[in-house]
Amino acid sequence: MAFEGLTGKLQAALKKLTGKGKLSEKDVKEAMREVRLALLEADVNFVVVKDLVKKITERAVGQEIMQSLTPGQQVIKIVNEELTALMGGTQSKVNMAPNPPTVIMMVGLQGSGKTTTAGKLAGYFKKQGKNPLLVACDIYRPAAIKQLQVVGQKVGVPVFERGQKDPVQIASEALEFAKKEQRDIVIIDTAGRLHINEELMEELSRLKSQVKPHEILLVADAMTGQDAVNVAKSFDERLGLDGVILTKLDGDTRGGAALSIKAVTGKPIKFIGTGEKLEDLEPFHPDRMASRILGMGDILTLIEKAQASIDEKKAQELERKLREQQFTLEDFLDQLQQLKKMGSLSDIIGMLPGVDVQKLSAAGALNEKELVKAEAIIQSMTPEERRNPSIINASRKRRIAMGSGTTIQDVNRLLKSFEQFRKMMKQVSSIEKAVKRGRFRFPFL
Amino acid sequence: MERKGFFSRLKDGLSKTRKNITEKMDQLFKYHNEVDDELFDELEELLILADVGVSTTTKLMEKIRERVKAERIREAQRVRDILKEEIIAILGDQEEFDPSYPAVFLVVGVNGVGKTTTIGKLAHMYQKQGKRVLMAAGDTFRAAAIEQLEIWANRVGCQLVRHTEGSDAAAVVFDAVQAAKSRGIDVLICDTAGRLHTKKNLMNELEKINRIIDREYPEAHKEVFLVLDATTGQNAVSQAKMFKEKVDVTGIILTKLDGTAKGGIIIAIKSELGIPIRFIGVGEGLDDLQRFDAQAFVEALFDEA
Repeated sequence: MAFEGLTGKLQAALKKLTGKGKLSEKDVKEAMREVRLALLEADVNFVVVKDLVKKITERAVGQEIMQSLTPGQQVIKIVNEELTALMGGTQSKVNMAPNPPTVIMMVGLQGSGKTTTAGKLAGYFKKQGKNPLLVACDIYRPAAIKQLQVVGQKVGVPVFERGQKDPVQIASEALEFAKKEQRDIVIIDTAGRLHINEELMEELSRLKSQVKPHEILLVADAMTGQDAVNVAKSFDERLGLDGVILTKLDGDTRGGAALSIKAVTGKPIKFIGTGEKLEDLEPFHPDRMASRILGMGDILTLIEKAQASIDEKKAQELERKLREQQFTLEDFLDQLQQLKKMGSLSDIIGMLPGVDVQKLSAAGALNEKELVKAEAIIQSMTPEERRNPSIINASRKRRIAMGSGTTIQDVNRLLKSFEQFRKMMKQVSSIEKAVKRGRFRFPFL
Repeated sequence: MERKGFFSRLKDGLSKTRKNITEKMDQLFKYHNEVDDELFDELEELLILADVGVSTTTKLMEKIRERVKAERIREAQRVRDILKEEIIAILGDQEEFDPSYPAVFLVVGVNGVGKTTTIGKLAHMYQKQGKRVLMAAGDTFRAAAIEQLEIWANRVGCQLVRHTEGSDAAAVVFDAVQAAKSRGIDVLICDTAGRLHTKKNLMNELEKINRIIDREYPEAHKEVFLVLDATTGQNAVSQAKMFKEKVDVTGIILTKLDGTAKGGIIIAIKSELGIPIRFIGVGEGLDDLQRFDAQAFVEALFDEA
């Protein structure tokens, strides 16, 4: 996930402040110099950085801090607030038309991911019970229409196309078609273009005045450098954007473009693309992202993800089993599979407060392969073995190892960690009581 | 004549880039007749805004400060020349690109940088030189990528080896190599699916493709081109690093220089990783791929006329 690099750098810069009982102006200045470097290395626009650092410094050396008992924490709070403000406060949703269809127009540079994102967005709305229609208005790039058709087919959304005809004409025909077919959302994919290409920008203006979209979304590559603001500004001045979709956030980009675009155009980021699969599109929550950047975790998203992928009944059943200490390897397998549905391990762990994912993965602690292995091992056991692991003797171990393509050592390791887990669970009830009394704290907090 | 054509085309393509940097530069030098701290700060800002990156900018600025001191430079104008010299020194430190034939080019990069378009232009460039060109449709992942390359092949008039979408990319490349050998092809250009450099499995797939070329076509001159989007920021360094690690990138092709992006990141990549820059893409037309020439690039970037 993006932002991790920025997270590490910012945390390092601010860590120096947290231990101190009193902050001098010099301390703050020093930390802000590092904050500035971290932001610049993350491709946050130069002007935005200057502005942000100035604001934070002003607040940090002012009254607010000096009277606080924990000035370091206070500075972090200020940075968090300013970052959140920069990214646009709370979540912004797509404007829905009072009388359907809602028309959404996707615009952007070449290669930013418009076609893929159009498909993802159509899939997203379809999941919500809507009836979207995709419209192919990229008549220039070779095979772009074909690409949209394939993507549309994958998410099960029809694609309206009229070949290489004038895009404005295609779009208005598509609108008619949508009304007739009772499609409530129309997503128009347009050709990628440079913001300085007069002719093609003019085409977008014509398209806009013809179909009067309720929402014009700029699709921008999260890896864009300092130029991101020029691009966003030009598109906004020309068309009046309603929001931004940031793509390719699954790389190791530090995602400074996200901060810059919002700061310069004032237009919110509405969605982020986080992977190659067509379901890898998420609504963007600026406040949560700011917390995540500062390593304060993103528990809300974690809970939402869990809710979306974990079966409620199974969860209750599991809770009962845990309490009554009847947790078996079968349940363990179930847990592993549900965990997998929530996303990659590092993504999930990254949402926990105070955990440095990069450090953990460097230490090899987040090995997805181990999970796959564990799954294979358990699946190679008989139902009886799963329920009662104590019957697993040397010969059974050999069979399980062969069946799962692992070694006996792997099987032993799994059985041992399962045993430890069971023991830990026995202590859970006592911990629960401790939590209620307010004594228990997570080790990483 | 040829040379003049090249320069003017390069300048046309770079006009936006040049305008942006030089306009600001000119402004800068108009107000500054003497060398002072403010001048250095503003120069630094200009480099950062061109995506040169913090560390390379710092390095460049240190060098310039040193030289300004050692050579006792008093006029601001002279500082500009020094900056130019230093950037040329970084970018120009590479051997001429002069492959022997048969040659095989493996074209790699993250999603959306313009690999397929670049391959079309590359094929056109070599067809024009009278070489026999074959394309391998190695992007079997993205929807309609094969069709896109096919259209380019028809446009350019070169041959193409393709399988269906979702098939094994390594098999496509294997077949293409065999075809290149039996048909007496001069230049084989292999397209690959765009992949983020952080996706381990996809990077391993690329390694496999690379290995197949080495094993099946050892007699050919091999080049691995990393295509970079000029609008990309500091992440480009990370891309170059990881692709180099996996498939030993031998050259960079910088695309989309016809926008307002300044492409300064190649200075950082060259200085940190030493990968030579081979071509630049300056437009959408078939002819809009130029051989990279450090001198010309920097001259065009800073030239006023």
